[in-house]
Amino acid sequence: MVAQIVVENLCKAFQVAERRPGMWGAIRGIARRTYRTVRALDGISFSIDAGELVGYIGPNGAGKSTTVKTLAGILVPDSGRCEVRGRVPWKQRLAHVAELGVVFGQRTQLWWDLPVVESFELLRDIYRVPEDRYVRTRDELIAVLDLGALLDVPVRQLSLGQRMRCDLAAALLHAPPIVFLDEPTIGLDAISKLAVRDFIKRLNRENGVTVVLTTHDMDDIETLCTRVMVIGGGKILSDGTLADLRARVTRERWLTIDLADGVTWTDEVDATVIRQEGSRVCLAFDPQVVAPAELIRRVTARYAIRDLFVENPPIETIIARLYAAESLPP
Amino acid sequence: MTGLRLYGRYAAVSLRSQLQYRASVVMQSIGAFMVTVVEFLGMWALFDRFGQVRGWTLPEVALFYGMISISWSLCDALGRGFEVFGTMVKAGDFDRVLVRPRSTVLQLLGVELTLRRIGRFTQGVLVLGYAIASLDVDLSVPRALLVLAAIIGSICVFLGLLVLQATTAFWTTETLEVWHAFTYGGVTMSQYPLSIYRSWFRDLFTYIIPLGCVNYLPGLAILGHPDPLGTPVIVQWLAPLAGPVFLVLALQVWKIGVRHYRSTGS
Repeated sequence: MVAQIVVENLCKAFQVAERRPGMWGAIRGIARRTYRTVRALDGISFSIDAGELVGYIGPNGAGKSTTVKTLAGILVPDSGRCEVRGRVPWKQRLAHVAELGVVFGQRTQLWWDLPVVESFELLRDIYRVPEDRYVRTRDELIAVLDLGALLDVPVRQLSLGQRMRCDLAAALLHAPPIVFLDEPTIGLDAISKLAVRDFIKRLNRENGVTVVLTTHDMDDIETLCTRVMVIGGGKILSDGTLADLRARVTRERWLTIDLADGVTWTDEVDATVIRQEGSRVCLAFDPQVVAPAELIRRVTARYAIRDLFVENPPIETIIARLYAAESLPP
Repeated sequence: MTGLRLYGRYAAVSLRSQLQYRASVVMQSIGAFMVTVVEFLGMWALFDRFGQVRGWTLPEVALFYGMISISWSLCDALGRGFEVFGTMVKAGDFDRVLVRPRSTVLQLLGVELTLRRIGRFTQGVLVLGYAIASLDVDLSVPRALLVLAAIIGSICVFLGLLVLQATTAFWTTETLEVWHAFTYGGVTMSQYPLSIYRSWFRDLFTYIIPLGCVNYLPGLAILGHPDPLGTPVIVQWLAPLAGPVFLVLALQVWKIGVRHYRSTGS
Protein backbone atom coordinates (compact mmCIF):
# COMPACT_ATOMS: atom_id res chain seq x y z
CA MET A 1 0.00 0.00 0.00
CA VAL A 2 1.19 3.46 -0.81
CA ALA A 3 1.66 5.76 2.13
CA GLN A 4 -0.70 8.71 2.04
CA ILE A 5 1.06 10.79 4.63
CA VAL A 6 4.84 10.67 4.91
CA VAL A 7 6.71 12.58 7.58
CA GLU A 8 10.46 12.34 7.90
CA ASN A 9 12.57 13.93 10.56
CA LEU A 10 10.29 16.93 10.94
CA CYS A 11 11.64 19.69 13.18
CA LYS A 12 10.08 22.89 14.38
CA ALA A 13 11.28 25.24 17.08
CA PHE A 14 9.53 28.30 18.44
CA GLN A 15 10.92 31.33 20.18
CA VAL A 16 8.96 31.93 23.33
CA ALA A 17 9.33 35.19 25.19
CA GLU A 18 10.56 34.52 28.69
CA ARG A 19 8.60 36.20 31.43
CA ARG A 20 10.47 37.41 34.43
CA PRO A 21 8.70 37.16 37.74
CA GLY A 22 7.20 40.11 39.55
CA MET A 23 6.35 43.66 38.70
CA TRP A 24 9.94 44.72 38.02
CA GLY A 25 10.37 41.73 35.74
CA ALA A 26 7.31 42.68 33.72
CA ILE A 27 8.63 46.22 33.29
CA ARG A 28 12.07 45.01 32.25
CA GLY A 29 10.35 42.61 29.86
CA ILE A 30 8.94 45.53 27.90
CA ALA A 31 12.35 46.99 27.28
CA ARG A 32 14.36 43.86 26.64
CA ARG A 33 12.92 40.47 26.07
CA THR A 34 14.78 37.25 26.44
CA TYR A 35 13.69 34.33 24.37
CA ARG A 36 13.73 30.65 25.05
CA THR A 37 13.72 28.12 22.23
CA VAL A 38 11.07 25.44 22.48
CA ARG A 39 11.50 22.41 20.26
CA ALA A 40 7.89 21.62 19.46
CA LEU A 41 8.89 18.97 16.94
CA ASP A 42 12.25 17.35 17.47
CA GLY A 43 12.74 15.00 14.53
CA ILE A 44 9.40 13.32 14.00
CA SER A 45 8.95 10.53 11.47
CA PHE A 46 5.97 8.38 10.61
CA SER A 47 3.89 7.34 7.66
CA ILE A 48 0.18 6.71 7.40
CA ASP A 49 -1.44 4.54 4.75
CA ALA A 50 -4.74 5.23 3.03
CA GLY A 51 -7.66 4.03 5.14
CA GLU A 52 -5.89 4.06 8.48
CA LEU A 53 -7.50 5.47 11.61
CA VAL A 54 -4.69 6.82 13.73
CA GLY A 55 -4.95 8.22 17.20
CA TYR A 56 -2.42 10.92 17.96
CA ILE A 57 -2.08 11.59 21.63
CA GLY A 58 0.07 13.55 23.98
CA PRO A 59 -0.34 16.20 26.67
CA ASN A 60 -0.74 19.89 25.89
CA GLY A 61 2.48 21.33 24.59
CA ALA A 62 3.86 17.97 23.47
CA GLY A 63 3.86 18.96 19.81
CA LYS A 64 0.53 17.43 18.86
CA SER A 65 -1.09 20.49 17.39
CA THR A 66 2.17 21.59 15.76
CA THR A 67 2.23 18.29 13.88
CA VAL A 68 -1.39 18.58 12.81
CA LYS A 69 -0.93 22.22 11.78
CA THR A 70 2.07 21.23 9.68
CA LEU A 71 0.17 18.39 8.02
CA ALA A 72 -2.72 20.79 7.36
CA GLY A 73 -0.42 23.28 5.63
CA ILE A 74 -0.92 25.97 8.27
CA LEU A 75 2.63 25.82 9.60
CA VAL A 76 5.94 25.67 7.77
CA PRO A 77 8.47 23.45 9.56
CA ASP A 78 12.13 24.34 10.06
CA SER A 79 13.43 21.15 8.48
CA GLY A 80 12.42 17.68 7.49
CA ARG A 81 10.17 16.23 4.84
CA CYS A 82 6.40 16.01 4.80
CA GLU A 83 4.18 14.88 1.97
CA VAL A 84 0.45 14.36 1.98
CA ARG A 85 -0.86 12.59 -1.12
CA GLY A 86 2.35 13.52 -2.86
CA ARG A 87 2.09 17.21 -2.03
CA VAL A 88 4.06 19.37 0.32
CA PRO A 89 1.27 20.91 2.41
CA TRP A 90 2.77 24.35 2.99
CA LYS A 91 4.00 24.74 -0.58
CA GLN A 92 0.82 23.74 -2.38
CA ARG A 93 -1.67 24.99 0.18
CA LEU A 94 -4.69 25.48 -2.07
CA ALA A 95 -4.49 22.09 -3.82
CA HIS A 96 -3.65 20.38 -0.54
CA VAL A 97 -6.47 21.74 1.61
CA ALA A 98 -9.04 21.13 -1.14
CA GLU A 99 -8.59 17.41 -0.39
CA LEU A 100 -8.53 17.78 3.35
CA GLY A 101 -11.28 17.86 5.96
CA VAL A 102 -10.47 19.50 9.30
CA VAL A 103 -12.59 19.61 12.44
CA PHE A 104 -11.45 21.70 15.38
CA GLY A 105 -13.59 20.43 18.25
CA GLN A 106 -13.34 23.67 20.17
CA ARG A 107 -14.30 26.00 17.33
CA THR A 108 -17.12 25.68 14.87
CA GLN A 109 -16.64 26.49 11.22
CA LEU A 110 -20.37 27.10 10.74
CA TRP A 111 -21.88 30.57 10.36
CA TRP A 112 -23.22 31.34 13.79
CA ASP A 113 -26.41 33.24 12.97
CA LEU A 114 -27.59 31.21 10.00
CA PRO A 115 -29.44 27.94 9.53
CA VAL A 116 -27.05 25.01 9.20
CA VAL A 117 -27.96 24.37 5.57
CA GLU A 118 -26.76 27.84 4.55
CA SER A 119 -23.31 27.08 5.93
CA PHE A 120 -23.33 23.87 3.91
CA GLU A 121 -24.17 25.77 0.74
CA LEU A 122 -21.45 28.33 1.30
CA LEU A 123 -18.93 25.56 1.91
CA ARG A 124 -20.07 23.91 -1.33
CA ASP A 125 -19.12 27.13 -3.13
CA ILE A 126 -15.86 27.60 -1.22
CA TYR A 127 -14.77 24.06 -2.11
CA ARG A 128 -16.20 24.24 -5.64
CA VAL A 129 -18.23 21.06 -5.19
CA PRO A 130 -20.36 20.32 -8.29
CA GLU A 131 -24.08 20.53 -7.48
CA ASP A 132 -24.99 16.86 -8.13
CA ARG A 133 -22.08 15.59 -6.06
CA TYR A 134 -22.89 18.09 -3.33
CA VAL A 135 -26.50 16.94 -3.11
CA ARG A 136 -25.45 13.29 -2.95
CA THR A 137 -22.82 13.81 -0.25
CA ARG A 138 -25.02 16.15 1.76
CA ASP A 139 -27.97 13.75 1.75
CA GLU A 140 -25.74 10.86 2.82
CA LEU A 141 -24.31 12.90 5.68
CA ILE A 142 -27.77 14.07 6.75
CA ALA A 143 -28.93 10.47 6.89
CA VAL A 144 -25.91 9.05 8.71
CA LEU A 145 -25.58 11.90 11.22
CA ASP A 146 -29.34 12.32 11.61
CA LEU A 147 -29.28 16.03 10.77
CA GLY A 148 -32.69 16.27 9.11
CA ALA A 149 -34.31 18.20 11.94
CA LEU A 150 -31.32 20.50 12.43
CA LEU A 151 -30.85 21.90 8.93
CA ASP A 152 -33.08 24.93 9.36
CA VAL A 153 -31.99 25.73 12.90
CA PRO A 154 -29.58 28.66 13.36
CA VAL A 155 -26.23 27.32 14.54
CA ARG A 156 -26.29 29.43 17.70
CA GLN A 157 -29.35 27.50 18.88
CA LEU A 158 -27.77 24.06 18.54
CA SER A 159 -26.56 22.04 21.51
CA LEU A 160 -22.87 21.18 21.55
CA GLY A 161 -23.55 17.62 20.43
CA GLN A 162 -25.80 18.73 17.58
CA ARG A 163 -23.29 21.33 16.54
CA MET A 164 -20.49 18.78 16.45
CA ARG A 165 -22.51 16.50 14.20
CA CYS A 166 -23.13 19.44 11.87
CA ASP A 167 -19.45 20.39 12.00
CA LEU A 168 -18.47 16.86 11.03
CA ALA A 169 -20.81 17.04 8.05
CA ALA A 170 -19.48 20.50 7.11
CA ALA A 171 -15.91 19.19 7.03
CA LEU A 172 -16.89 16.31 4.73
CA LEU A 173 -19.10 17.98 2.13
CA HIS A 174 -16.24 18.03 -0.36
CA ALA A 175 -15.65 14.30 0.28
CA PRO A 176 -12.00 14.64 1.38
CA PRO A 177 -9.94 11.42 1.39
CA ILE A 178 -8.11 12.58 4.53
CA VAL A 179 -9.66 14.03 7.66
CA PHE A 180 -7.99 15.58 10.70
CA LEU A 181 -10.18 15.58 13.78
CA ASP A 182 -8.93 17.67 16.67
CA GLU A 183 -10.74 16.66 19.86
CA PRO A 184 -14.08 15.93 18.18
CA THR A 185 -15.68 14.65 21.39
CA ILE A 186 -14.58 17.43 23.73
CA GLY A 187 -17.36 18.61 26.01
CA LEU A 188 -19.96 16.27 24.54
CA ASP A 189 -22.49 14.32 26.59
CA ALA A 190 -22.25 10.52 26.64
CA ILE A 191 -24.83 9.90 23.93
CA SER A 192 -23.36 12.47 21.55
CA LYS A 193 -19.91 11.00 22.12
CA LEU A 194 -21.16 7.59 21.09
CA ALA A 195 -22.85 9.03 18.00
CA VAL A 196 -19.69 10.88 16.97
CA ARG A 197 -17.48 7.84 17.55
CA ASP A 198 -19.85 5.62 15.64
CA PHE A 199 -19.80 8.05 12.74
CA ILE A 200 -16.01 8.30 12.67
CA LYS A 201 -15.79 4.52 12.64
CA ARG A 202 -18.21 4.25 9.71
CA LEU A 203 -16.47 7.03 7.83
CA ASN A 204 -13.24 5.12 8.11
CA ARG A 205 -14.47 1.55 7.60
CA GLU A 206 -17.12 2.14 4.94
CA ASN A 207 -15.78 5.10 3.01
CA GLY A 208 -12.11 4.30 3.47
CA VAL A 209 -11.34 7.83 4.65
CA THR A 210 -7.97 8.23 6.35
CA VAL A 211 -8.53 9.70 9.79
CA VAL A 212 -6.00 11.32 12.11
CA LEU A 213 -7.60 11.86 15.48
CA THR A 214 -6.10 13.92 18.26
CA THR A 215 -7.84 13.61 21.58
CA HIS A 216 -7.49 13.61 25.33
CA ASP A 217 -10.34 11.14 25.65
CA MET A 218 -8.82 7.69 25.98
CA ASP A 219 -12.18 6.06 25.30
CA ASP A 220 -12.02 7.60 21.83
CA ILE A 221 -8.69 5.90 21.33
CA GLU A 222 -9.78 2.54 22.71
CA THR A 223 -12.97 2.35 20.70
CA LEU A 224 -11.70 3.82 17.45
CA CYS A 225 -8.03 3.54 16.80
CA THR A 226 -6.17 0.58 15.41
CA ARG A 227 -2.98 2.54 15.70
CA VAL A 228 -1.82 5.01 18.31
CA MET A 229 1.03 7.46 18.10
CA VAL A 230 2.16 9.00 21.35
CA ILE A 231 4.13 12.24 21.25
CA GLY A 232 6.02 13.84 24.09
CA GLY A 233 8.69 16.51 24.16
CA GLY A 234 8.54 16.83 20.39
CA LYS A 235 9.37 13.17 19.80
CA ILE A 236 7.27 10.14 18.91
CA LEU A 237 7.47 7.96 22.01
CA SER A 238 5.42 5.09 20.72
CA ASP A 239 3.77 4.13 17.45
CA GLY A 240 1.74 0.96 17.01
CA THR A 241 -1.41 -0.83 18.11
CA LEU A 242 -2.83 -0.30 21.58
CA ALA A 243 -1.62 -3.80 22.48
CA ASP A 244 1.90 -2.87 21.34
CA LEU A 245 1.77 0.25 23.46
CA ARG A 246 0.71 -1.70 26.53
CA ALA A 247 3.33 -4.37 25.94
CA ARG A 248 6.04 -1.75 25.59
CA VAL A 249 5.21 -0.02 28.84
CA THR A 250 4.17 -2.83 31.16
CA ARG A 251 2.92 -6.41 31.26
CA GLU A 252 1.00 -5.55 34.38
CA ARG A 253 -2.63 -6.52 34.87
CA TRP A 254 -5.03 -5.59 37.57
CA LEU A 255 -7.15 -7.86 39.75
CA THR A 256 -9.96 -6.14 41.61
CA ILE A 257 -11.54 -8.04 44.49
CA ASP A 258 -14.67 -7.29 46.50
CA LEU A 259 -14.19 -8.92 49.88
CA ALA A 260 -17.13 -10.38 51.79
CA ASP A 261 -18.28 -8.49 54.88
CA GLY A 262 -16.01 -8.72 57.89
CA VAL A 263 -13.04 -10.06 55.93
CA THR A 264 -9.84 -8.06 56.18
CA TRP A 265 -7.09 -8.11 53.63
CA THR A 266 -3.73 -9.15 54.93
CA ASP A 267 -1.36 -9.77 52.08
CA GLU A 268 -0.78 -11.80 48.99
CA VAL A 269 2.56 -12.75 47.49
CA ASP A 270 3.42 -11.99 43.87
CA ALA A 271 0.96 -9.08 43.70
CA THR A 272 1.04 -5.53 44.98
CA VAL A 273 -1.91 -3.66 46.39
CA ILE A 274 -2.34 -0.47 44.41
CA ARG A 275 -5.63 0.64 45.91
CA GLN A 276 -7.84 -0.33 48.83
CA GLU A 277 -11.20 1.32 49.38
CA GLY A 278 -13.47 -0.28 51.96
CA SER A 279 -13.97 -3.88 51.03
CA ARG A 280 -12.54 -3.37 47.52
CA VAL A 281 -8.92 -4.24 46.89
CA CYS A 282 -7.08 -3.66 43.66
CA LEU A 283 -3.97 -5.72 42.97
CA ALA A 284 -1.38 -5.33 40.27
CA PHE A 285 0.42 -8.44 39.06
CA ASP A 286 2.71 -9.62 36.32
CA PRO A 287 1.04 -12.53 34.45
CA GLN A 288 4.47 -14.03 33.68
CA VAL A 289 5.29 -14.25 37.38
CA VAL A 290 1.90 -15.50 38.46
CA ALA A 291 -0.82 -16.61 36.04
CA PRO A 292 -4.18 -14.93 36.57
CA ALA A 293 -5.91 -18.26 37.25
CA GLU A 294 -3.32 -19.18 39.87
CA LEU A 295 -3.61 -15.81 41.58
CA ILE A 296 -7.40 -16.05 41.68
CA ARG A 297 -7.15 -19.58 43.07
CA ARG A 298 -4.86 -18.38 45.87
CA VAL A 299 -7.08 -15.42 46.67
CA THR A 300 -10.30 -17.42 46.75
CA ALA A 301 -8.63 -20.10 48.86
CA ARG A 302 -7.62 -17.61 51.50
CA TYR A 303 -10.47 -15.05 51.54
CA ALA A 304 -14.23 -15.07 51.35
CA ILE A 305 -15.05 -12.81 48.41
CA ARG A 306 -18.16 -11.43 46.72
CA ASP A 307 -16.77 -10.62 43.30
CA LEU A 308 -13.58 -10.19 41.33
CA PHE A 309 -12.41 -9.16 37.89
CA VAL A 310 -9.20 -8.90 35.91
CA GLU A 311 -8.52 -5.94 33.66
CA ASN A 312 -5.77 -4.12 31.82
CA PRO A 313 -4.58 -0.90 33.41
CA PRO A 314 -6.46 1.98 31.81
CA ILE A 315 -4.75 3.63 28.88
CA GLU A 316 -4.31 6.82 30.93
CA THR A 317 -2.09 4.91 33.33
CA ILE A 318 -0.11 3.38 30.49
CA ILE A 319 0.55 6.78 29.01
CA ALA A 320 1.42 8.34 32.35
CA ARG A 321 3.98 5.55 32.83
CA LEU A 322 5.33 6.05 29.35
CA TYR A 323 5.94 9.71 30.14
CA ALA A 324 7.45 8.84 33.49
CA ALA A 325 9.81 6.40 31.78
CA GLU A 326 10.87 9.11 29.33
CA SER A 327 11.07 11.50 32.28
CA LEU A 328 8.69 13.98 30.72
CA PRO A 329 6.10 16.01 32.57
CA PRO A 330 2.70 14.31 32.26
CA MET B 1 -16.94 29.32 -8.82
CA THR B 2 -14.89 32.41 -9.44
CA GLY B 3 -13.63 34.58 -6.62
CA LEU B 4 -16.00 37.40 -7.47
CA ARG B 5 -19.08 35.17 -7.46
CA LEU B 6 -17.95 33.56 -4.22
CA TYR B 7 -17.61 37.04 -2.73
CA GLY B 8 -21.22 37.66 -3.75
CA ARG B 9 -22.24 34.50 -1.88
CA TYR B 10 -20.25 35.56 1.19
CA ALA B 11 -21.88 38.99 1.07
CA ALA B 12 -25.37 37.51 0.79
CA VAL B 13 -24.72 35.22 3.74
CA SER B 14 -23.35 38.12 5.77
CA LEU B 15 -26.34 40.34 5.00
CA ARG B 16 -28.76 37.59 5.97
CA SER B 17 -26.85 37.11 9.23
CA GLN B 18 -27.10 40.80 10.06
CA LEU B 19 -30.79 40.91 9.20
CA GLN B 20 -31.34 38.49 12.06
CA TYR B 21 -30.86 41.61 14.16
CA ARG B 22 -32.92 43.98 12.04
CA ALA B 23 -33.77 46.57 14.69
CA SER B 24 -30.16 46.83 15.78
CA VAL B 25 -28.96 47.40 12.20
CA VAL B 26 -31.62 50.06 11.59
CA MET B 27 -30.85 51.91 14.82
CA GLN B 28 -27.10 51.82 14.26
CA SER B 29 -27.49 53.05 10.68
CA ILE B 30 -29.72 55.93 11.72
CA GLY B 31 -27.33 56.73 14.56
CA ALA B 32 -24.33 56.85 12.24
CA PHE B 33 -26.28 58.96 9.78
CA MET B 34 -27.23 61.51 12.42
CA VAL B 35 -23.77 61.71 13.95
CA THR B 36 -22.15 62.34 10.59
CA VAL B 37 -24.81 64.83 9.53
CA VAL B 38 -24.25 66.83 12.72
CA GLU B 39 -20.52 66.66 11.98
CA PHE B 40 -21.16 68.25 8.59
CA LEU B 41 -23.44 70.87 10.14
CA GLY B 42 -20.45 71.84 12.27
CA MET B 43 -18.50 72.49 9.12
CA TRP B 44 -21.42 74.45 7.68
CA ALA B 45 -21.51 76.61 10.81
CA LEU B 46 -17.82 77.33 10.42
CA PHE B 47 -18.22 78.47 6.84
CA ASP B 48 -21.41 80.39 7.69
CA ARG B 49 -19.36 82.43 10.16
CA PHE B 50 -16.19 82.92 8.13
CA GLY B 51 -17.44 82.66 4.54
CA GLN B 52 -14.42 80.75 3.35
CA VAL B 53 -11.30 78.98 4.58
CA ARG B 54 -8.08 79.86 2.78
CA GLY B 55 -9.98 80.65 -0.37
CA TRP B 56 -12.20 77.55 -0.36
CA THR B 57 -15.99 77.82 -0.21
CA LEU B 58 -18.34 75.40 1.55
CA PRO B 59 -19.65 73.68 -1.61
CA GLU B 60 -16.10 73.11 -2.81
CA VAL B 61 -15.05 71.59 0.49
CA ALA B 62 -18.28 69.58 0.49
CA LEU B 63 -17.09 67.84 -2.69
CA PHE B 64 -13.95 66.54 -0.94
CA TYR B 65 -16.00 65.77 2.13
CA GLY B 66 -18.76 63.89 0.31
CA MET B 67 -16.38 61.77 -1.75
CA ILE B 68 -14.27 60.73 1.23
CA SER B 69 -17.36 59.99 3.32
CA ILE B 70 -18.72 57.67 0.63
CA SER B 71 -15.33 55.97 0.18
CA TRP B 72 -14.68 55.42 3.86
CA SER B 73 -18.18 54.07 4.53
CA LEU B 74 -17.83 51.57 1.68
CA CYS B 75 -14.34 50.51 2.72
CA ASP B 76 -15.47 50.21 6.33
CA ALA B 77 -18.28 47.92 5.14
CA LEU B 78 -16.00 45.79 2.95
CA GLY B 79 -12.99 45.56 5.24
CA ARG B 80 -14.62 44.48 8.49
CA GLY B 81 -12.73 41.16 8.43
CA PHE B 82 -9.43 43.05 8.46
CA GLU B 83 -10.62 45.40 11.19
CA VAL B 84 -11.42 42.53 13.56
CA PHE B 85 -8.44 40.48 12.45
CA GLY B 86 -6.61 40.81 15.77
CA THR B 87 -9.30 38.93 17.67
CA MET B 88 -9.45 36.41 14.85
CA VAL B 89 -5.75 35.60 15.15
CA LYS B 90 -5.99 35.42 18.92
CA ALA B 91 -8.91 32.99 18.78
CA GLY B 92 -7.04 30.82 16.28
CA ASP B 93 -9.66 31.39 13.62
CA PHE B 94 -7.05 32.29 11.03
CA ASP B 95 -6.11 28.60 10.98
CA ARG B 96 -9.57 27.90 9.58
CA VAL B 97 -8.94 30.44 6.83
CA LEU B 98 -5.69 28.67 5.95
CA VAL B 99 -7.33 25.23 5.67
CA ARG B 100 -9.86 26.44 3.13
CA PRO B 101 -8.85 26.34 -0.53
CA ARG B 102 -9.32 30.04 -1.22
CA SER B 103 -7.17 33.13 -0.97
CA THR B 104 -6.86 34.56 2.53
CA VAL B 105 -7.78 38.05 1.30
CA LEU B 106 -11.00 36.88 -0.32
CA GLN B 107 -12.00 34.97 2.81
CA LEU B 108 -11.32 37.97 5.03
CA LEU B 109 -13.32 40.27 2.78
CA GLY B 110 -16.05 37.65 3.07
CA VAL B 111 -16.17 37.84 6.84
CA GLU B 112 -18.72 40.64 6.78
CA LEU B 113 -20.27 43.25 4.55
CA THR B 114 -21.27 45.66 7.26
CA LEU B 115 -24.76 46.89 6.59
CA ARG B 116 -24.89 49.67 9.19
CA ARG B 117 -22.26 51.67 7.27
CA ILE B 118 -25.19 52.73 5.11
CA GLY B 119 -25.69 55.56 7.63
CA ARG B 120 -22.46 57.34 6.79
CA PHE B 121 -22.77 56.35 3.14
CA THR B 122 -26.13 58.15 2.90
CA GLN B 123 -24.67 61.24 4.52
CA GLY B 124 -21.79 61.15 2.03
CA VAL B 125 -24.15 60.90 -0.93
CA LEU B 126 -26.21 63.84 0.39
CA VAL B 127 -23.13 65.98 0.99
CA LEU B 128 -21.75 65.17 -2.46
CA GLY B 129 -25.18 65.90 -3.96
CA TYR B 130 -25.26 69.23 -2.16
CA ALA B 131 -21.77 70.06 -3.46
CA ILE B 132 -22.59 69.25 -7.08
CA ALA B 133 -25.95 71.05 -6.91
CA SER B 134 -24.52 74.24 -5.40
CA LEU B 135 -21.37 74.39 -7.47
CA ASP B 136 -21.31 75.84 -10.89
CA VAL B 137 -19.68 72.70 -12.34
CA ASP B 138 -20.47 71.11 -15.61
CA LEU B 139 -20.59 67.47 -14.60
CA SER B 140 -19.62 66.00 -17.96
CA VAL B 141 -19.19 62.26 -18.42
CA PRO B 142 -15.38 62.37 -17.97
CA ARG B 143 -15.81 64.41 -14.78
CA ALA B 144 -18.49 62.05 -13.45
CA LEU B 145 -16.13 59.16 -14.18
CA LEU B 146 -13.39 61.02 -12.33
CA VAL B 147 -15.68 61.26 -9.28
CA LEU B 148 -16.11 57.50 -9.52
CA ALA B 149 -12.36 56.98 -9.97
CA ALA B 150 -11.64 59.15 -6.93
CA ILE B 151 -14.08 57.15 -4.82
CA ILE B 152 -12.67 53.79 -5.98
CA GLY B 153 -9.12 55.06 -5.48
CA SER B 154 -9.96 56.19 -1.94
CA ILE B 155 -11.58 52.84 -1.15
CA CYS B 156 -8.34 51.20 -2.28
CA VAL B 157 -6.19 53.41 -0.03
CA PHE B 158 -8.43 52.86 3.00
CA LEU B 159 -8.59 49.13 2.31
CA GLY B 160 -4.81 49.10 2.03
CA LEU B 161 -4.61 50.79 5.42
CA LEU B 162 -6.93 48.19 6.95
CA VAL B 163 -4.82 45.42 5.40
CA LEU B 164 -1.68 46.94 6.90
CA GLN B 165 -3.43 47.35 10.24
CA ALA B 166 -4.44 43.69 10.16
CA THR B 167 -0.94 42.65 9.15
CA THR B 168 0.52 44.09 12.34
CA ALA B 169 -1.67 41.62 14.25
CA PHE B 170 0.62 38.83 13.04
CA TRP B 171 3.33 40.29 15.24
CA THR B 172 1.41 41.92 18.06
CA THR B 173 -1.73 39.71 18.09
CA GLU B 174 -3.58 42.93 18.53
CA THR B 175 -4.60 45.33 15.81
CA LEU B 176 -2.81 48.46 16.89
CA GLU B 177 -4.84 51.57 17.52
CA VAL B 178 -1.99 53.54 15.93
CA TRP B 179 -3.52 52.78 12.55
CA HIS B 180 -6.65 54.69 13.46
CA ALA B 181 -4.53 57.84 13.13
CA PHE B 182 -4.34 57.06 9.41
CA THR B 183 -7.82 55.66 8.82
CA TYR B 184 -10.08 57.81 11.00
CA GLY B 185 -7.47 60.57 10.96
CA GLY B 186 -7.22 60.24 7.19
CA VAL B 187 -10.97 60.65 6.83
CA THR B 188 -10.99 63.83 8.89
CA MET B 189 -7.93 65.16 7.10
CA SER B 190 -9.45 64.49 3.66
CA GLN B 191 -12.64 66.36 4.49
CA TYR B 192 -10.67 69.57 3.89
CA PRO B 193 -8.56 70.48 0.86
CA LEU B 194 -5.00 69.26 1.32
CA SER B 195 -3.61 72.73 0.50
CA ILE B 196 -4.63 74.12 3.90
CA TYR B 197 -2.16 71.84 5.76
CA ARG B 198 1.54 72.22 6.48
CA SER B 199 3.92 70.83 3.93
CA TRP B 200 5.24 67.80 5.92
CA PHE B 201 1.65 66.76 6.54
CA ARG B 202 0.76 67.19 2.86
CA ASP B 203 3.79 65.12 1.88
CA LEU B 204 2.85 62.36 4.31
CA PHE B 205 -0.64 62.10 2.86
CA THR B 206 0.54 62.37 -0.74
CA TYR B 207 3.65 60.22 -1.03
CA ILE B 208 3.34 57.75 1.83
CA ILE B 209 -0.39 57.35 2.39
CA PRO B 210 -1.73 58.72 -0.89
CA LEU B 211 -5.12 59.93 0.35
CA GLY B 212 -4.38 63.32 -1.20
CA CYS B 213 -3.88 61.65 -4.61
CA VAL B 214 -7.23 59.90 -4.53
CA ASN B 215 -9.35 62.72 -3.13
CA TYR B 216 -7.79 66.16 -3.24
CA LEU B 217 -6.12 66.04 -6.65
CA PRO B 218 -9.06 64.57 -8.64
CA GLY B 219 -11.32 66.90 -6.64
CA LEU B 220 -9.43 69.87 -8.09
CA ALA B 221 -9.95 68.58 -11.61
CA ILE B 222 -13.65 68.05 -10.98
CA LEU B 223 -14.02 71.55 -9.55
CA GLY B 224 -11.83 73.09 -12.25
CA HIS B 225 -10.10 74.80 -9.33
CA PRO B 226 -6.42 75.60 -9.93
CA ASP B 227 -4.17 73.94 -7.37
CA PRO B 228 -2.67 76.53 -4.98
CA LEU B 229 0.32 74.17 -4.94
CA GLY B 230 0.55 74.11 -8.74
CA THR B 231 -0.08 70.45 -9.59
CA PRO B 232 -0.58 70.06 -13.37
CA VAL B 233 -4.10 69.13 -14.50
CA ILE B 234 -2.96 65.88 -16.13
CA VAL B 235 -1.54 64.72 -12.79
CA GLN B 236 -4.86 65.54 -11.13
CA TRP B 237 -6.64 63.25 -13.59
CA LEU B 238 -4.22 60.37 -13.19
CA ALA B 239 -3.73 60.65 -9.43
CA PRO B 240 -6.53 58.19 -8.42
CA LEU B 241 -4.33 55.38 -9.80
CA ALA B 242 -2.26 55.80 -6.65
CA GLY B 243 -5.09 53.99 -4.82
CA PRO B 244 -4.78 50.58 -6.52
CA VAL B 245 -0.98 50.88 -6.40
CA PHE B 246 -1.10 51.45 -2.64
CA LEU B 247 -3.48 48.52 -2.19
CA VAL B 248 -1.28 46.17 -4.21
CA LEU B 249 1.74 47.17 -2.11
CA ALA B 250 -0.26 46.66 1.09
CA LEU B 251 -1.24 43.18 -0.09
CA GLN B 252 2.44 42.34 -0.61
CA VAL B 253 3.08 43.30 3.01
CA TRP B 254 0.10 41.12 3.97
CA LYS B 255 1.75 38.18 2.23
CA ILE B 256 4.87 38.73 4.30
CA GLY B 257 2.66 38.72 7.40
CA VAL B 258 0.99 35.46 6.41
CA ARG B 259 4.40 33.90 5.80
CA HIS B 260 5.52 35.05 9.23
CA TYR B 261 2.39 33.58 10.81
CA ARG B 262 2.95 30.26 9.08
CA SER B 263 6.50 30.07 10.35
CA THR B 264 5.68 31.00 13.93
CA GLY B 265 2.10 29.86 14.34
CA SER B 266 1.19 32.77 16.53
